[in-house]
Amino acid sequence: MVRFEHVTKHYPASGDALNDVTFELASGEMAFLTGHSGAGKSTLLRLIGLLERPTRGQVMVQGRNLGRLPTRKIPYHRRQVGMVFQDNRLLGDRTVFDNVALPLVAMGVSHKETGRRVRAALDQVGLLAKERAYPVTLSGGEQQRVGIARAVVARPPLLLADEPTGNLDPDLSREIMTLFERFHQVGVTVLIATHDLALIHSLRHRTITLSGGHLMAPAPAK
Amino acid sequence: MGRQPIASQRGTRGLRRLPVAWLTHHLRGLLASLGQLLRSPLATAMTVAVIGIALALPEGLYVLTRNVKALSSGWERTAAVSLFLRPTVTVPQAEKLAERLGARSDIAHVRLITPDQALKELRDYSGFAQAIDQLPSNPLPVVLALRPPPGMVSSAGLETLRHQLAGLPEADFVRVDSAWISRFEAIVGLIQRGVVILAGLLALAVLLVIGNTIRLEIQHRRDEIHVMELVGATPSFIRRPFLYIGAWYGLLGALLAWVLVTVAVGLLQGPVSTLAALYRTALPLSGVGPLELLGMLGSGMLLGLLGSWMSVGRHLATAEPQ
Repeated sequence: MVRFEHVTKHYPASGDALNDVTFELASGEMAFLTGHSGAGKSTLLRLIGLLERPTRGQVMVQGRNLGRLPTRKIPYHRRQVGMVFQDNRLLGDRTVFDNVALPLVAMGVSHKETGRRVRAALDQVGLLAKERAYPVTLSGGEQQRVGIARAVVARPPLLLADEPTGNLDPDLSREIMTLFERFHQVGVTVLIATHDLALIHSLRHRTITLSGGHLMAPAPAK
Repeated sequence: MGRQPIASQRGTRGLRRLPVAWLTHHLRGLLASLGQLLRSPLATAMTVAVIGIALALPEGLYVLTRNVKALSSGWERTAAVSLFLRPTVTVPQAEKLAERLGARSDIAHVRLITPDQALKELRDYSGFAQAIDQLPSNPLPVVLALRPPPGMVSSAGLETLRHQLAGLPEADFVRVDSAWISRFEAIVGLIQRGVVILAGLLALAVLLVIGNTIRLEIQHRRDEIHVMELVGATPSFIRRPFLYIGAWYGLLGALLAWVLVTVAVGLLQGPVSTLAALYRTALPLSGVGPLELLGMLGSGMLLGLLGSWMSVGRHLATAEPQ
């Protein structure tokens, strides 16, 4: 599903964020991406979502070489990649329903179909009752779940999450992780960047560790 | 891949409905943008007012010059060459001459004014009735009032005509009322050119106003734009609402300009009528016609689109991965 081949990302200001990173994520796999702050976790996710392009090396997603993807095709690539952020990036002036509907609206899905799919996604994250609420009226955990609903509403085969539990207490974090596992179980490839090691160890998934932009020797899946 | 089944579904049954779907899509976008504008009515009203006033100025001047031109074309019809015949020429002779001249292509109309008619008019309008009655005989000659075809006024052809008429054996002298018409037309032409320049400058101002408003709007909605990019919205999809907003600004501004000009014409109608009555004519001011209104709205909308398009091109171009 995702393959990095000798990927280096260099920032003029701060040096190499990623240095010669090579790994592969199989289709339908769920994996954690871990490492200290600044180890390059976010950069790696941003390269997969084509928010940035690598300085050197190749990023392949679903067999497509992202380096060869013309700029005008980037939106179509992003529709295949659901992204969840630590700060959830919801729009405060829109209801939960409208926030979750954004990807479908951008894709030009019909009104009826949009309503159906948005409700299905909200149902999956357990927030069907809150569709008319505004994000500020929700708790942190609920907001994050809205963010997840938005990421999966277009049914992307690949789901990326950047510190999705960073602002949540352990109970809520576990709840969110359970949600990701559920998507993994129905065949979605999931990659979650987190430094919550306790949580990672309690879940049995592969862990990819970054340190200073380098990939550490893979820890065997327990 | 999730996208393909959707795409193929559309391909099979969507082709026939495409224009309708496309139209409803744009219509929905347009209405959504209007709703967005109406949600901040004060800011919208101020921008629309600026655009409206800027558009009303050249439009108003245009209507003014058009009215003045209508006035002068009224004069063109009476604009005349007066051929004063020698006193020895009798009325029957003059009638024959008039017939001859009337056949010429560079003369549209000939009116014969007999000495009696002329004297009567003079007595009626000059206020010297008593003095005129004292005259032993009518000293006035026969006059042929000639009217050239409408297109010929103020052209060199008129001068040629004057020469030819002066060369006639019956002619005493020829008076051409063309100099002041030429001057008048030159002034109108000058004003018209001024209107064009003013319109150009103000159109530029409208472009800048709309461009700047859209720039602020883009800044205001940075987060939204960013999220739309993340979820796979195409650049054209992100651009579209801003273009719609620009088009609305232009359209509403043009509408306001129309209202302003129409009100101004209405306010001027009274004084103009009074003035015209003093000159014993009627001068109905014509306002903005339906075709002109359509043109105004169209060009306003076009200006709005263009202004927002420039702004969007400049300020949304940064949506690229590094």
